[in-house]
Amino acid sequence: MAMKIGTGEFKERIEKGIHNSFMRGAVAGAQERLRTRRLEAAKELGNWEEWRALGEEIRKHTLENLDYYLWQLSENVAKRGGHVFFAQTAEEANEYIRDVVVKKNAKKIVKSKSMVTEEIHLNPVLEAAGCEVIETDLGEYILQIDDHDPPSHIVAPALHKNKEQIRDVFKAKLDYKKTEKPEELALHARHTLRQAYLTADVGITGCNFAIAESGSITLVTNEGNADLVTALPKTQITVMGMERIVPTFEEMEVLVSLLTRSAVGQKLTSYITVLTGPRNQGEVDGPEEFHLVIVDNGRANILGTEFQSVLQCIRCAACVNVCPVYRHIGGHSYGSIYSGPIGAVLSPLLGGYDDYKELPYASTLCAACTEACPVKIPLHDLLHKHRQAIVEREGKAPISERLAMKAFGLGAASSAIYKLGSKMAPSAMNPFTVNNRISNGPGPLKAWTEIREFPAPGKERFRDWFHNRQKGDHQS
Amino acid sequence: MKVTLFVTCLVDLFHTNVGKATVELLERLGCEIEFPEAQTCCGQPAYNSGYVKDAKEAMKHMIRTFENAEYIVTPSGSCATMFKEYPHIFKGDPQWEPRAKALADKTYELTQFIVDVLKIENVGAKLKGRATYHTSCHMTRLLGVKDAPMRLLKNVEGLEFVPLPNAHNCCGFGGTFSVKMGPISEQMVDEKVHHIEEVGAEYLIGADCGCLMNIGGRMERQGKPIKVMHIAEVLNIR
Repeated sequence: MAMKIGTGEFKERIEKGIHNSFMRGAVAGAQERLRTRRLEAAKELGNWEEWRALGEEIRKHTLENLDYYLWQLSENVAKRGGHVFFAQTAEEANEYIRDVVVKKNAKKIVKSKSMVTEEIHLNPVLEAAGCEVIETDLGEYILQIDDHDPPSHIVAPALHKNKEQIRDVFKAKLDYKKTEKPEELALHARHTLRQAYLTADVGITGCNFAIAESGSITLVTNEGNADLVTALPKTQITVMGMERIVPTFEEMEVLVSLLTRSAVGQKLTSYITVLTGPRNQGEVDGPEEFHLVIVDNGRANILGTEFQSVLQCIRCAACVNVCPVYRHIGGHSYGSIYSGPIGAVLSPLLGGYDDYKELPYASTLCAACTEACPVKIPLHDLLHKHRQAIVEREGKAPISERLAMKAFGLGAASSAIYKLGSKMAPSAMNPFTVNNRISNGPGPLKAWTEIREFPAPGKERFRDWFHNRQKGDHQS
Repeated sequence: MKVTLFVTCLVDLFHTNVGKATVELLERLGCEIEFPEAQTCCGQPAYNSGYVKDAKEAMKHMIRTFENAEYIVTPSGSCATMFKEYPHIFKGDPQWEPRAKALADKTYELTQFIVDVLKIENVGAKLKGRATYHTSCHMTRLLGVKDAPMRLLKNVEGLEFVPLPNAHNCCGFGGTFSVKMGPISEQMVDEKVHHIEEVGAEYLIGADCGCLMNIGGRMERQGKPIKVMHIAEVLNIR
């Protein structure tokens, strides 16, 4: 599965994450900053809950009528002289893009940020076809020159690196002799990238929102790199997940506002660009040829299921920025380019339970994600639905757990069993109890007592106390 | 006012003092306490782990057990939230959905009941010392009870309240998460303990025994001298 990153079992990956103090420092700092800015931007807009409700309504409506809007979008792109390709799989998408590139005899390709091209693993395909592929989003550029380090965050892909580490990458991989000052690093990257825009044959972009009524695509950046990627090369290829669509400009405006405020706490980003088709006669810039590749890659299978709401996602990463689990393990631990709560819901759907069955359990169901989501995806509920599917539909839960839960179910459904079990608990726990504390418990208590004390069950349960007290009342 | 106590399994078995304090506090505030002995557990451990069918049997048992209650009060934000979830879980079930809804509608977390129903914000409690409060996730985000515990604590005589930095972050309990994802849970609870220490609190107060067992168990293992108290215990000191 192309979206998969890293190697090793989930437990090994999280150990690695937990012991990466650089990454954890960077992530915790970024979470504080981004969370605070998001809350301020939401407050500044006012009526945030009404905006969220509107965002949710727009996304739900679009998904419920996705077939219609996809048809409308493709008709309008074609009317404006663009080419549309529907790719059911990652392979189909990659093949189409490679064919366009080969036909153009392209040697150099510039790309702006796109998670879906990471998902379909496009770059290696183009490199195998003999092209030089250059990422122009600064975060993606850093990762690319660092031997293709995978993204750890859907908005800030290099979030796991601090500026000193980035300086070291620049020194090792580029002719860089300056300091870790962000301005100096960015200036160096800009010199290299400017040359790339001017000499590239093809520009490839992602797509924040496609607008069905006009056949346009919307690109949201702070660096302006997407504008150069689309203005200078002769051929533009835009790749989008099939759900990244809005009916009209009016809905686009609402969602862009929710996106920029939720992602980076900005009213607007520096560049919000709407592009429609290839260059028209008389226009001074823009591509001569425009291709829109609409990628399914498992999304259609989510439609109509209990997980449909995950497709409402506008990739703002607000959920990632508040997740207390992501905070400590970082993005790479998820083993998927989609990390954090949205990744834990989406990765098993797109990549299957065999690779991603641990992710739904890597959550305390604290609902910080659900609270932060600007389009009201019930993320913690969806994580729970995954657990239910893993246990009850897939039968992939461990047998010991199944038996324990069966016993729990029986005990909690019958007051007789509960009363007997709870009465026996103190004597059963007696061998493990010292000073009313269990420090080295058996069975499931073992993992608990590895790092914490567990209270020993008291000889007198609350119910015994209450019962005796009532009896006392009656006697007096 | 007649109140039916849903004490929760954690309190029944491990934190009996919290149950006793809840009874004494509510009685002092003029309530008559009823305790249906058939009560067990709300089913959350199995439900949250994905065992919905097994959990539903426990839920039906609890619906039957509390059917005649007028007000159900529980000293746990998380277990109250679970009762509130029942109607969604039984959605479309003609027999159980209405009964689940009736149960949910009359369920209150303890501080919510005192502030919103009894309309009392000063219970006449006294506790001298510096304390901080852990806002548990289910109570705050899902049940939506944020102000009630703060209002009650503000009126506790002698209590110096200090806010907890990064209070919005989960303590790492999460039921079976605490044992299934032990290494992550450890990092989360350690960060929480760090902040509790940082503000120089003598007392950590909370309204959910799950979280308090997690944070308290970790602090005890590390030999921290901070005392952990359920809000019912604090409000019951005179």
